[in-house]
Amino acid sequence: MLDKLTEQLGFQGNALVLRAERQRLLASNIANADTPGYVARDMKFADALSAITSQKGGMATSQDARSGQYGTSNTGHMPMVQMPSIGERSTLGYAVQTQPSLDNNSVDLNRERAAFTDNAIRYEATLRFINGNAKTMLSAIQGQ
Amino acid sequence: MSMFSIFNVSSSAISAQAQRLNVVASNLANVDAVAGPDGKAYKARQVILQTQAMGADAAAGVRVSAISESDAPGRKVHDPSNPMADAAGYVTHSNVNAVEEMVNMISASRSYQNNVEVMNTAKTLLLKTLQMGQ
Repeated sequence: MLDKLTEQLGFQGNALVLRAERQRLLASNIANADTPGYVARDMKFADALSAITSQKGGMATSQDARSGQYGTSNTGHMPMVQMPSIGERSTLGYAVQTQPSLDNNSVDLNRERAAFTDNAIRYEATLRFINGNAKTMLSAIQGQ
Repeated sequence: MSMFSIFNVSSSAISAQAQRLNVVASNLANVDAVAGPDGKAYKARQVILQTQAMGADAAAGVRVSAISESDAPGRKVHDPSNPMADAAGYVTHSNVNAVEEMVNMISASRSYQNNVEVMNTAKTLLLKTLQMGQ
């Protein structure tokens, strides 16, 4: 019953975590814009999101709690759920070098800045979706 | 919280760039320094930046791994009246190239600004996240 209420939030929550992860990646690229030999990293957002939503995540079902999973020793315990793992090195890609540079640094600062701003806006959009969703649920609960 | 490590990454870059600016300032200050009594003039210095892993595997910061000194020969100026002139009347100045240092300074200052902006954006996003559901 509870996870019916928050089903929608789970997807948006995953998207928000991924956005935060990408933001951190882009920050690392910008920080290393002057480091010789640094290779810029990035992720394919669509692929990462579909990978994370196909994993088992979100709220645990009551059956998991009954079978004693997730560190519960009593059926009354709230189950601990690990966030689905993301941002592993294997899922990350390398940004394509736009211009060759003498020191083999593949960061294109213009592209990284643009991606950083774009990602920040999309992060805020996801936040608004979550807020709107929460408001809808609240008004449904209150019945006003 | 993954977003908080943005501050670690960006602040490592900011302190590395600040150190680079420091080195540029010291080079520019010594651009006209002549060789001392030991015959050795000031050598231009340069920071060496290196990537530094910041805990979580995807976050990569920056650190200054070493400061190298240039081996280029010092600028020689014919000035026999200078008390530091050698037997042939030449004075050895430092080997700092002022044009190179100015370029280095602008590059460091732009990188510094970029990272400050990254931190500001991360701060705005985190504050908005704090207000989630209100």
